[in-house]
Amino acid sequence: MAAAAFLAVGFRVSAAVPDSRAMQEARWGEWLAAAQAGDARAYDRLLRDITPRIRSLCRARIREPAEAEDAVQDTLMTIHALRHTYDPERPFGPWLTTIATRRAVDRLRRRGRGAGRESNIDDLPEHAASVAPVAEERIAARNLRDAVAELPESQRTALRLAKLEDLSLAEASARSGLSVGALKVATHRAMRSLRRRFGVGEGENDRADR
Amino acid sequence: MQTDDLISRLSTGLTPVRRVAPPLLAALGWMALALAVVAIGVTVSGFRHDIEQRLMLMHEQVNLAAALLTGTAAAVAAFHLALPDRSDRWALLPLPFAAFWVSGLGWGCLTEFVEQGVPALGISLGCMKFILGFGIPLTLFMLWMTRHAAPIRPAPVAALAGLAAAAIASVGLSLVHHLDAAAMVLIWHGGSVLLVTLLAKSWGERAMRAMSRRG
Repeated sequence: MAAAAFLAVGFRVSAAVPDSRAMQEARWGEWLAAAQAGDARAYDRLLRDITPRIRSLCRARIREPAEAEDAVQDTLMTIHALRHTYDPERPFGPWLTTIATRRAVDRLRRRGRGAGRESNIDDLPEHAASVAPVAEERIAARNLRDAVAELPESQRTALRLAKLEDLSLAEASARSGLSVGALKVATHRAMRSLRRRFGVGEGENDRADR
Repeated sequence: MQTDDLISRLSTGLTPVRRVAPPLLAALGWMALALAVVAIGVTVSGFRHDIEQRLMLMHEQVNLAAALLTGTAAAVAAFHLALPDRSDRWALLPLPFAAFWVSGLGWGCLTEFVEQGVPALGISLGCMKFILGFGIPLTLFMLWMTRHAAPIRPAPVAALAGLAAAAIASVGLSLVHHLDAAAMVLIWHGGSVLLVTLLAKSWGERAMRAMSRRG
């Protein structure tokens, strides 16, 4: 009897889930339609509301949390750039899923390309890296991370896209929505302030600032 | 940057946007323009001298209809595929028509070979120039219309755009150019259409991105 009741409840719950999901997507569709007309509040609410769904779509493909979060942000930027392609007569779910999936797959692909240049320290034989340089490197890396974190936001974005992800200026501009000129200026300023902070001479390292 | 900050940045100062046209309507618009442009090209170049006899031939009619259908199907598919919420399977739409077109030409080659032996093959750069000359600008126009596909499925959309444009150009060329041997048609029409499609596939994403930055 109890089992039957449990099953019945279970059934009701599982039947209720797709229904609420559909209702949720219908609401998102309405908000995006309002955003297309220029309603910034509906848009803000939409983006905040869909972020957990985007996150779970990205995490399903990318295990590393920081990398997955980058894919979430890429997805949000693509949604922003493509918000005029949504047709309010059609379901919102597939529209969102395609965009999030594409961005996650792109991330993985780019990482796959970069992976050849990285090597996992744990895979190296023990004598290959003695302890002290590793510790020093870690401290230097921590300092650098802190310094980057203190940069203004636009410079940080420019640095991330142009230097860390190694995108061309055109690609970085397409993804960030900043113009090529603005990206160049922001990257240059970021590099200059980092150099100043770490005491690297202005002239001797110009090649790094292409 | 935190995701929350990004959201605030994206939503502040949001501007209204105009929705993209429904895909069938957009395809219709592009087809109208493509047919008009190619018709002008045909009028300027002049019909081939034996146009009336040719149009009476069954295989010629089938060939023209197949090319036109391939172009139309590719255009419809490209505009659908450019939207994020449409199925990837739209890319398959022009395949049966293209297969019909190519196999028709192939069959023509075979019957000619049986009747007349090995055909005299030559170089027909005029064909290629016509298809490239009309096909590439029409492809670019469709890439501009579908530039929102750049972050989603740039390569298949661009390849379909190239196929659509080159197939329509090939229809025009059949009315202009005197080319009897099916083998020549297969090599020069088919080859040029393939070339435009491959060019579009490899350069389409760049073109779309360049055009979407300009607005």
